[in-house]
Amino acid sequence: MTGPADLELDCRGMLCPLPVIELGKRIGEVPVGGLVAVATEDVAARTDVPAWCRMRGQEYVGEEAAADGTPRYVVRRVSP
Amino acid sequence: MTSAAPPGGPRGPVYLDSASSEPLHPTARETLLAALDRGYADPRRLHGPARDARLLLDNARAVVAECLGVRPDEVTFTSSGTEAVHRGLLGLRRGPAARIGYAAVEHSAVVHAARWAGTEPIEAPVDRLGRVDPEGFPGADVVALQSANHEVGTLQPVGELRLPAGVPVFVDACASMGRLPLPTGWDVLAGSAHKWGGPAGVGVLVVRKGTRWLNPFPGDDRVDERASGFENVPAALAAAAALRAVVSERDEVGARQFALVDRIRAAATAIPDVEVVGDPVDRLPHLVTFSCLYVDGEALVTELDRRGYGVASGSACTASTLTPSRVLQAMGVLTHGNLRISLTRDTTEEDVDGLLAVLPGVVRDIRAEAGL
Repeated sequence: MTGPADLELDCRGMLCPLPVIELGKRIGEVPVGGLVAVATEDVAARTDVPAWCRMRGQEYVGEEAAADGTPRYVVRRVSP
Repeated sequence: MTSAAPPGGPRGPVYLDSASSEPLHPTARETLLAALDRGYADPRRLHGPARDARLLLDNARAVVAECLGVRPDEVTFTSSGTEAVHRGLLGLRRGPAARIGYAAVEHSAVVHAARWAGTEPIEAPVDRLGRVDPEGFPGADVVALQSANHEVGTLQPVGELRLPAGVPVFVDACASMGRLPLPTGWDVLAGSAHKWGGPAGVGVLVVRKGTRWLNPFPGDDRVDERASGFENVPAALAAAAALRAVVSERDEVGARQFALVDRIRAAATAIPDVEVVGDPVDRLPHLVTFSCLYVDGEALVTELDRRGYGVASGSACTASTLTPSRVLQAMGVLTHGNLRISLTRDTTEEDVDGLLAVLPGVVRDIRAEAGL
Protein backbone atom coordinates (compact mmCIF):
# COMPACT_ATOMS: atom_id res chain seq x y z
CA MET A 1 0.00 0.00 0.00
CA THR A 2 1.21 3.47 -0.81
CA GLY A 3 -1.09 4.79 1.92
CA PRO A 4 -3.62 7.53 1.42
CA ALA A 5 -3.08 9.72 -1.65
CA ASP A 6 -3.22 13.51 -1.61
CA LEU A 7 -6.50 13.19 -3.48
CA GLU A 8 -8.81 10.19 -3.34
CA LEU A 9 -11.28 10.00 -6.21
CA ASP A 10 -14.22 7.76 -5.44
CA CYS A 11 -15.34 6.65 -8.90
CA ARG A 12 -17.23 3.56 -7.74
CA GLY A 13 -20.23 2.89 -9.95
CA MET A 14 -18.92 5.05 -12.77
CA LEU A 15 -18.49 3.59 -16.24
CA CYS A 16 -15.74 4.41 -18.70
CA PRO A 17 -14.70 7.07 -19.55
CA LEU A 18 -16.01 8.83 -16.42
CA PRO A 19 -13.22 7.76 -14.01
CA VAL A 20 -10.54 9.04 -16.42
CA ILE A 21 -12.51 12.26 -17.01
CA GLU A 22 -12.60 12.74 -13.23
CA LEU A 23 -8.85 12.14 -13.05
CA GLY A 24 -8.20 14.60 -15.88
CA LYS A 25 -10.39 17.27 -14.29
CA ARG A 26 -8.94 17.01 -10.82
CA ILE A 27 -5.24 16.15 -11.19
CA GLY A 28 -4.53 19.89 -10.90
CA GLU A 29 -5.74 19.87 -7.30
CA VAL A 30 -2.58 18.16 -6.10
CA PRO A 31 0.86 19.76 -6.25
CA VAL A 32 3.50 18.41 -8.64
CA GLY A 33 4.89 15.30 -6.88
CA GLY A 34 1.53 14.59 -5.21
CA LEU A 35 -0.50 11.39 -5.53
CA VAL A 36 -4.02 10.91 -6.87
CA ALA A 37 -5.88 7.63 -6.41
CA VAL A 38 -8.86 6.56 -8.51
CA ALA A 39 -11.05 3.85 -6.98
CA THR A 40 -13.35 2.23 -9.52
CA GLU A 41 -14.70 -1.17 -10.57
CA ASP A 42 -14.69 -0.02 -14.22
CA VAL A 43 -12.54 -2.65 -15.97
CA ALA A 44 -11.46 -0.19 -18.67
CA ALA A 45 -9.67 1.91 -16.02
CA ARG A 46 -7.00 -0.78 -15.62
CA THR A 47 -5.81 0.00 -19.15
CA ASP A 48 -7.00 3.59 -19.45
CA VAL A 49 -5.40 5.10 -16.32
CA PRO A 50 -1.86 3.99 -17.32
CA ALA A 51 -2.58 5.04 -20.93
CA TRP A 52 -3.81 8.43 -19.70
CA CYS A 53 -0.56 8.85 -17.72
CA ARG A 54 1.49 8.07 -20.84
CA MET A 55 -0.52 10.48 -23.00
CA ARG A 56 -0.55 13.29 -20.41
CA GLY A 57 3.05 12.92 -19.20
CA GLN A 58 2.08 11.80 -15.69
CA GLU A 59 3.50 8.86 -13.75
CA TYR A 60 1.51 5.69 -13.19
CA VAL A 61 2.41 4.33 -9.76
CA GLY A 62 0.34 1.14 -9.79
CA GLU A 63 -2.82 -0.68 -8.82
CA GLU A 64 -3.87 -1.64 -5.30
CA ALA A 65 -7.06 -2.78 -3.67
CA ALA A 66 -9.00 -0.27 -1.58
CA ALA A 67 -10.23 -1.37 1.88
CA ASP A 68 -13.49 -2.61 0.32
CA GLY A 69 -11.59 -4.54 -2.38
CA THR A 70 -12.30 -2.08 -5.18
CA PRO A 71 -9.29 -1.61 -7.47
CA ARG A 72 -7.51 1.66 -6.79
CA TYR A 73 -5.21 3.15 -9.43
CA VAL A 74 -2.52 5.49 -8.14
CA VAL A 75 -1.02 8.29 -10.22
CA ARG A 76 1.76 10.76 -9.37
CA ARG A 77 1.47 14.24 -10.83
CA VAL A 78 4.87 14.91 -12.41
CA SER A 79 3.97 17.53 -14.99
CA PRO A 80 2.04 20.75 -14.60
CA MET B 1 -22.98 2.39 -51.88
CA THR B 2 -21.81 5.96 -51.79
CA SER B 3 -20.39 5.85 -55.31
CA ALA B 4 -23.85 5.03 -56.62
CA ALA B 5 -25.24 8.37 -55.46
CA PRO B 6 -26.08 10.60 -58.42
CA PRO B 7 -23.68 13.49 -58.98
CA GLY B 8 -24.90 16.48 -57.03
CA GLY B 9 -27.70 14.42 -55.52
CA PRO B 10 -28.14 13.51 -51.88
CA ARG B 11 -25.34 11.35 -50.56
CA GLY B 12 -26.26 8.21 -48.72
CA PRO B 13 -24.67 7.11 -45.50
CA VAL B 14 -20.96 6.39 -45.81
CA TYR B 15 -20.17 2.87 -44.62
CA LEU B 16 -16.71 2.71 -43.09
CA ASP B 17 -16.84 -0.66 -41.36
CA SER B 18 -15.52 -3.07 -43.97
CA ALA B 19 -13.39 -4.80 -41.34
CA SER B 20 -16.67 -6.04 -39.85
CA SER B 21 -18.06 -6.91 -43.27
CA GLU B 22 -17.24 -5.72 -46.78
CA PRO B 23 -20.26 -4.98 -48.98
CA LEU B 24 -20.91 -7.71 -51.53
CA HIS B 25 -18.57 -7.31 -54.50
CA PRO B 26 -20.54 -6.71 -57.74
CA THR B 27 -18.93 -9.82 -59.23
CA ALA B 28 -20.02 -11.89 -56.23
CA ARG B 29 -23.56 -10.61 -56.58
CA GLU B 30 -23.74 -11.52 -60.26
CA THR B 31 -22.25 -14.94 -59.64
CA LEU B 32 -24.50 -15.61 -56.68
CA LEU B 33 -27.66 -14.75 -58.61
CA ALA B 34 -26.65 -16.95 -61.53
CA ALA B 35 -25.57 -19.84 -59.31
CA LEU B 36 -28.74 -19.81 -57.19
CA ASP B 37 -30.61 -21.41 -60.07
CA ARG B 38 -27.98 -24.10 -60.60
CA GLY B 39 -26.26 -24.97 -57.36
CA TYR B 40 -29.21 -26.38 -55.41
CA ALA B 41 -28.67 -30.13 -55.83
CA ASP B 42 -26.65 -32.45 -53.62
CA PRO B 43 -23.14 -32.50 -55.08
CA ARG B 44 -22.71 -36.13 -53.97
CA ARG B 45 -25.50 -37.52 -56.16
CA LEU B 46 -25.02 -38.89 -59.63
CA HIS B 47 -27.79 -37.19 -61.62
CA GLY B 48 -27.40 -34.16 -63.85
CA PRO B 49 -28.31 -31.33 -61.43
CA ALA B 50 -26.05 -32.95 -58.81
CA ARG B 51 -23.15 -33.17 -61.25
CA ASP B 52 -23.75 -29.53 -62.05
CA ALA B 53 -23.64 -28.56 -58.37
CA ARG B 54 -20.49 -30.62 -57.95
CA LEU B 55 -18.92 -28.87 -60.91
CA LEU B 56 -19.67 -25.46 -59.41
CA LEU B 57 -18.30 -26.51 -56.02
CA ASP B 58 -15.10 -27.91 -57.52
CA ASN B 59 -14.78 -24.78 -59.60
CA ALA B 60 -15.14 -22.60 -56.51
CA ARG B 61 -12.48 -24.65 -54.76
CA ALA B 62 -10.10 -24.39 -57.71
CA VAL B 63 -10.53 -20.63 -57.97
CA VAL B 64 -9.92 -20.09 -54.25
CA ALA B 65 -6.86 -22.35 -54.38
CA GLU B 66 -5.46 -20.44 -57.33
CA CYS B 67 -6.06 -17.05 -55.67
CA LEU B 68 -4.34 -18.23 -52.48
CA GLY B 69 -1.54 -20.12 -54.17
CA VAL B 70 -2.45 -23.46 -52.57
CA ARG B 71 -3.66 -26.84 -53.90
CA PRO B 72 -7.40 -27.33 -54.51
CA ASP B 73 -7.46 -30.42 -52.28
CA GLU B 74 -6.14 -28.26 -49.43
CA VAL B 75 -9.24 -26.00 -49.54
CA THR B 76 -12.44 -26.64 -47.56
CA PHE B 77 -15.52 -24.43 -47.47
CA THR B 78 -17.04 -24.01 -44.03
CA SER B 79 -20.19 -22.27 -42.88
CA SER B 80 -18.30 -19.23 -41.57
CA GLY B 81 -14.85 -17.85 -40.86
CA THR B 82 -15.41 -18.65 -37.21
CA GLU B 83 -16.09 -22.29 -38.07
CA ALA B 84 -12.94 -22.41 -40.19
CA VAL B 85 -10.98 -21.02 -37.22
CA HIS B 86 -12.49 -23.49 -34.77
CA ARG B 87 -11.96 -26.53 -37.02
CA GLY B 88 -8.59 -25.41 -38.26
CA LEU B 89 -7.09 -24.73 -34.85
CA LEU B 90 -8.68 -27.56 -32.85
CA GLY B 91 -7.82 -30.17 -35.49
CA LEU B 92 -4.12 -29.49 -34.90
CA ARG B 93 -4.12 -30.61 -31.28
CA ARG B 94 -2.27 -33.83 -30.63
CA GLY B 95 -4.56 -35.07 -27.89
CA PRO B 96 -6.56 -33.23 -25.22
CA ALA B 97 -3.51 -32.20 -23.15
CA ALA B 98 -1.99 -30.20 -26.00
CA ARG B 99 -1.47 -26.56 -25.01
CA ILE B 100 -2.53 -23.93 -27.49
CA GLY B 101 -0.51 -20.72 -27.59
CA TYR B 102 -2.05 -17.64 -29.16
CA ALA B 103 -1.24 -13.95 -29.39
CA ALA B 104 -3.10 -11.78 -26.90
CA VAL B 105 -4.62 -9.83 -29.80
CA GLU B 106 -6.21 -12.78 -31.62
CA HIS B 107 -9.83 -12.61 -32.75
CA SER B 108 -12.28 -13.91 -30.15
CA ALA B 109 -12.94 -16.97 -32.37
CA VAL B 110 -9.39 -18.17 -31.64
CA VAL B 111 -9.64 -17.38 -27.94
CA HIS B 112 -12.98 -19.15 -27.58
CA ALA B 113 -11.66 -22.23 -29.40
CA ALA B 114 -8.48 -22.32 -27.30
CA ARG B 115 -10.44 -22.06 -24.04
CA TRP B 116 -12.98 -24.64 -25.19
CA ALA B 117 -10.13 -27.06 -25.85
CA GLY B 118 -9.81 -27.52 -22.09
CA THR B 119 -6.10 -27.23 -21.39
CA GLU B 120 -5.14 -23.77 -20.11
CA PRO B 121 -3.89 -21.87 -23.17
CA ILE B 122 -0.77 -19.70 -23.30
CA GLU B 123 -1.40 -16.07 -24.18
CA ALA B 124 1.62 -14.43 -25.82
CA PRO B 125 1.95 -10.71 -25.05
CA VAL B 126 2.24 -8.06 -27.76
CA ASP B 127 4.08 -4.75 -27.95
CA ARG B 128 2.51 -1.29 -28.05
CA LEU B 129 1.88 -1.68 -31.80
CA GLY B 130 0.04 -4.96 -31.21
CA ARG B 131 2.79 -7.18 -32.63
CA VAL B 132 3.73 -10.47 -31.03
CA ASP B 133 7.31 -11.58 -30.39
CA PRO B 134 8.12 -14.43 -32.83
CA GLU B 135 9.73 -16.24 -29.89
CA GLY B 136 6.84 -15.51 -27.54
CA PHE B 137 5.23 -18.97 -27.42
CA PRO B 138 7.41 -21.10 -25.12
CA GLY B 139 5.65 -24.28 -23.99
CA ALA B 140 2.98 -24.22 -26.68
CA ASP B 141 2.20 -27.45 -28.52
CA VAL B 142 0.13 -25.64 -31.15
CA VAL B 143 0.49 -21.96 -32.07
CA ALA B 144 -2.30 -19.73 -33.38
CA LEU B 145 -1.30 -16.40 -34.88
CA GLN B 146 -3.29 -14.02 -37.05
CA SER B 147 -1.84 -12.77 -40.32
CA ALA B 148 -2.90 -9.24 -39.42
CA ASN B 149 -4.81 -7.72 -36.58
CA HIS B 150 -8.49 -7.12 -37.28
CA GLU B 151 -8.76 -4.08 -35.01
CA VAL B 152 -5.54 -2.13 -35.48
CA GLY B 153 -4.20 -3.54 -38.75
CA THR B 154 -0.72 -4.50 -37.54
CA LEU B 155 0.80 -7.37 -39.55
CA GLN B 156 2.12 -10.29 -37.50
CA PRO B 157 5.48 -12.01 -38.03
CA VAL B 158 3.99 -15.37 -39.05
CA GLY B 159 6.92 -16.35 -41.28
CA GLU B 160 9.42 -15.46 -38.55
CA LEU B 161 8.02 -17.65 -35.78
CA ARG B 162 10.74 -19.59 -33.99
CA LEU B 163 9.18 -22.80 -32.78
CA PRO B 164 10.48 -26.21 -31.82
CA ALA B 165 10.18 -28.82 -34.56
CA GLY B 166 6.75 -30.41 -34.69
CA VAL B 167 4.78 -27.45 -33.31
CA PRO B 168 2.13 -26.75 -35.95
CA VAL B 169 1.05 -23.21 -36.82
CA PHE B 170 -2.54 -22.13 -37.35
CA VAL B 171 -3.06 -18.77 -39.03
CA ASP B 172 -6.25 -16.75 -38.76
CA ALA B 173 -6.05 -14.88 -42.06
CA CYS B 174 -9.62 -13.54 -41.92
CA ALA B 175 -8.54 -9.89 -41.74
CA SER B 176 -6.13 -10.03 -44.67
CA MET B 177 -7.34 -12.74 -47.07
CA GLY B 178 -7.76 -11.30 -50.54
CA ARG B 179 -6.22 -7.99 -49.54
CA LEU B 180 -2.67 -9.24 -49.05
CA PRO B 181 -0.82 -12.38 -50.17
CA LEU B 182 -0.78 -15.13 -47.55
CA PRO B 183 2.19 -15.26 -45.20
CA THR B 184 4.58 -18.20 -45.26
CA GLY B 185 5.26 -20.67 -42.48
CA TRP B 186 1.86 -22.10 -41.57
CA ASP B 187 0.17 -25.50 -41.61
CA VAL B 188 -3.50 -24.60 -41.40
CA LEU B 189 -5.17 -21.31 -42.22
CA ALA B 190 -8.66 -19.78 -42.08
CA GLY B 191 -10.46 -17.03 -43.98
CA SER B 192 -13.92 -15.49 -44.13
CA ALA B 193 -15.64 -14.54 -47.40
CA HIS B 194 -17.71 -11.61 -46.14
CA LYS B 195 -14.49 -9.84 -45.10
CA TRP B 196 -13.35 -9.65 -48.73
CA GLY B 197 -16.70 -8.95 -50.41
CA GLY B 198 -18.10 -12.46 -50.72
CA PRO B 199 -21.37 -13.46 -49.07
CA ALA B 200 -21.61 -14.16 -45.34
CA GLY B 201 -21.83 -17.80 -44.34
CA VAL B 202 -18.74 -18.93 -46.25
CA GLY B 203 -15.47 -19.66 -44.51
CA VAL B 204 -12.32 -21.04 -46.05
CA LEU B 205 -10.19 -23.63 -44.29
CA VAL B 206 -6.83 -24.50 -45.81
CA VAL B 207 -5.01 -27.56 -44.51
CA ARG B 208 -1.55 -28.00 -46.00
CA LYS B 209 -0.89 -31.37 -47.61
CA GLY B 210 0.87 -33.63 -45.14
CA THR B 211 -0.31 -31.74 -42.06
CA ARG B 212 -1.47 -33.95 -39.20
CA TRP B 213 -4.95 -32.52 -38.86
CA LEU B 214 -7.84 -34.48 -37.39
CA ASN B 215 -11.46 -33.37 -37.58
CA PRO B 216 -12.20 -32.17 -34.02
CA PHE B 217 -15.96 -32.45 -34.54
CA PRO B 218 -18.29 -35.23 -35.74
CA GLY B 219 -17.72 -36.25 -39.35
CA ASP B 220 -20.40 -35.91 -42.01
CA ASP B 221 -19.67 -37.96 -45.17
CA ARG B 222 -19.80 -34.90 -47.41
CA VAL B 223 -17.82 -34.25 -50.59
CA ASP B 224 -15.04 -32.89 -48.41
CA GLU B 225 -14.27 -34.95 -45.31
CA ARG B 226 -13.02 -31.88 -43.42
CA ALA B 227 -16.44 -30.17 -43.71
CA SER B 228 -19.86 -30.87 -42.28
CA GLY B 229 -23.31 -29.90 -43.41
CA PHE B 230 -24.85 -29.48 -46.86
CA GLU B 231 -22.59 -27.29 -48.98
CA ASN B 232 -23.83 -23.80 -49.88
CA VAL B 233 -22.65 -24.13 -53.45
CA PRO B 234 -23.91 -20.78 -54.83
CA ALA B 235 -22.38 -18.87 -51.92
CA ALA B 236 -19.06 -20.72 -52.23
CA LEU B 237 -18.92 -19.89 -55.92
CA ALA B 238 -19.79 -16.24 -55.27
CA ALA B 239 -17.10 -16.11 -52.58
CA ALA B 240 -14.58 -17.51 -55.04
CA ALA B 241 -15.59 -15.02 -57.73
CA ALA B 242 -15.26 -12.15 -55.26
CA LEU B 243 -11.85 -13.39 -54.15
CA ARG B 244 -10.62 -13.57 -57.72
CA ALA B 245 -11.87 -10.03 -58.40
CA VAL B 246 -10.40 -8.65 -55.17
CA VAL B 247 -7.02 -10.28 -55.77
CA SER B 248 -6.87 -8.90 -59.29
CA GLU B 249 -7.76 -5.40 -58.04
CA ARG B 250 -5.72 -5.41 -54.88
CA ASP B 251 -2.62 -3.55 -56.07
CA GLU B 252 -4.72 -0.62 -57.17
CA VAL B 253 -7.34 -0.72 -54.39
CA GLY B 254 -4.81 -1.45 -51.66
CA ALA B 255 -2.54 1.43 -52.67
CA ARG B 256 -5.47 3.84 -52.75
CA GLN B 257 -6.76 2.63 -49.37
CA PHE B 258 -3.29 2.74 -47.83
CA ALA B 259 -2.90 6.40 -48.80
CA LEU B 260 -6.40 7.30 -47.55
CA VAL B 261 -5.66 5.60 -44.23
CA ASP B 262 -2.42 7.61 -43.98
CA ARG B 263 -4.54 10.70 -44.39
CA ILE B 264 -6.92 9.63 -41.62
CA ARG B 265 -4.00 8.78 -39.36
CA ALA B 266 -2.48 12.24 -39.86
CA ALA B 267 -5.80 14.06 -39.36
CA ALA B 268 -6.68 12.09 -36.23
CA THR B 269 -3.22 12.68 -34.74
CA ALA B 270 -3.78 16.41 -35.21
CA ILE B 271 -6.83 16.36 -32.91
CA PRO B 272 -5.69 17.09 -29.33
CA ASP B 273 -5.35 14.05 -27.04
CA VAL B 274 -6.05 11.51 -29.76
CA GLU B 275 -3.80 8.48 -30.08
CA VAL B 276 -3.66 6.58 -33.36
CA VAL B 277 -2.69 2.99 -32.65
CA GLY B 278 -1.22 0.06 -34.56
CA ASP B 279 1.75 -0.05 -36.92
CA PRO B 280 1.71 3.00 -39.20
CA VAL B 281 3.46 1.21 -42.08
CA ASP B 282 3.54 -2.55 -41.65
CA ARG B 283 -0.24 -2.84 -41.62
CA LEU B 284 -3.40 -3.74 -43.50
CA PRO B 285 -4.18 -1.22 -46.23
CA HIS B 286 -7.79 -0.49 -45.34
CA LEU B 287 -8.19 0.09 -41.62
CA VAL B 288 -7.14 2.43 -38.85
CA THR B 289 -7.95 2.69 -35.18
CA PHE B 290 -7.56 5.60 -32.79
CA SER B 291 -8.74 6.58 -29.33
CA CYS B 292 -9.93 9.97 -28.14
CA LEU B 293 -9.20 10.83 -24.53
CA TYR B 294 -12.22 11.76 -22.35
CA VAL B 295 -14.68 10.70 -25.05
CA ASP B 296 -17.41 8.11 -24.69
CA GLY B 297 -17.04 5.60 -27.55
CA GLU B 298 -20.78 5.03 -27.81
CA ALA B 299 -21.46 8.77 -28.08
CA LEU B 300 -18.78 9.04 -30.76
CA VAL B 301 -20.23 6.22 -32.87
CA THR B 302 -23.76 7.57 -32.42
CA GLU B 303 -22.83 11.15 -33.34
CA LEU B 304 -20.92 10.03 -36.43
CA ASP B 305 -23.81 7.81 -37.45
CA ARG B 306 -26.14 10.80 -37.12
CA ARG B 307 -23.87 12.64 -39.54
CA GLY B 308 -23.93 9.74 -41.97
CA TYR B 309 -20.77 7.82 -41.13
CA GLY B 310 -20.93 4.19 -40.04
CA VAL B 311 -17.87 3.26 -37.98
CA ALA B 312 -16.99 0.66 -35.34
CA SER B 313 -15.56 1.01 -31.84
CA GLY B 314 -13.63 -1.22 -29.47
CA SER B 315 -14.71 0.70 -26.38
CA ALA B 316 -16.41 -1.17 -23.54
CA CYS B 317 -19.62 0.83 -23.77
CA THR B 318 -20.10 -0.28 -27.38
CA ALA B 319 -19.53 -3.99 -26.73
CA SER B 320 -22.19 -6.58 -25.97
CA THR B 321 -19.93 -7.81 -23.15
CA LEU B 322 -19.43 -4.28 -21.74
CA THR B 323 -15.70 -5.01 -21.56
CA PRO B 324 -13.15 -3.08 -23.56
CA SER B 325 -11.42 -4.56 -26.60
CA ARG B 326 -8.92 -7.25 -25.61
CA VAL B 327 -6.71 -6.03 -28.44
CA LEU B 328 -6.45 -2.50 -27.07
CA GLN B 329 -5.97 -3.82 -23.53
CA ALA B 330 -3.16 -6.13 -24.62
CA MET B 331 -1.45 -3.23 -26.40
CA GLY B 332 -1.80 -1.01 -23.34
CA VAL B 333 -3.50 1.77 -25.27
CA LEU B 334 -6.52 3.85 -24.36
CA THR B 335 -9.71 1.80 -24.71
CA HIS B 336 -12.32 4.53 -24.36
CA GLY B 337 -13.26 6.93 -27.12
CA ASN B 338 -12.14 4.32 -29.60
CA LEU B 339 -12.97 4.31 -33.31
CA ARG B 340 -12.08 1.80 -35.98
CA ILE B 341 -12.47 3.13 -39.49
CA SER B 342 -12.21 0.61 -42.31
CA LEU B 343 -12.57 1.46 -45.97
CA THR B 344 -14.52 -0.45 -48.59
CA ARG B 345 -13.19 -0.97 -52.11
CA ASP B 346 -15.11 2.05 -53.35
CA THR B 347 -14.59 4.46 -50.45
CA THR B 348 -13.69 7.76 -52.07
CA GLU B 349 -11.42 10.61 -51.12
CA GLU B 350 -14.58 12.65 -50.71
CA ASP B 351 -15.97 10.15 -48.20
CA VAL B 352 -12.79 10.33 -46.13
CA ASP B 353 -12.56 14.11 -46.34
CA GLY B 354 -16.20 14.37 -45.27
CA LEU B 355 -15.53 12.26 -42.20
CA LEU B 356 -12.38 14.20 -41.35
CA ALA B 357 -14.29 17.47 -41.68
CA VAL B 358 -16.81 16.50 -38.99
CA LEU B 359 -14.62 14.44 -36.67
CA PRO B 360 -12.78 17.21 -34.73
CA GLY B 361 -16.07 19.00 -33.97
CA VAL B 362 -17.78 15.81 -32.83
CA VAL B 363 -14.88 15.03 -30.47
CA ARG B 364 -14.82 18.60 -29.16
CA ASP B 365 -18.58 18.66 -28.53
CA ILE B 366 -18.56 15.37 -26.62
CA ARG B 367 -15.68 16.61 -24.48
CA ALA B 368 -17.45 19.90 -23.86
CA GLU B 369 -20.54 18.02 -22.68
CA ALA B 370 -18.35 16.15 -20.20
CA GLY B 371 -17.14 19.51 -18.90
CA LEU B 372 -13.68 19.42 -20.49
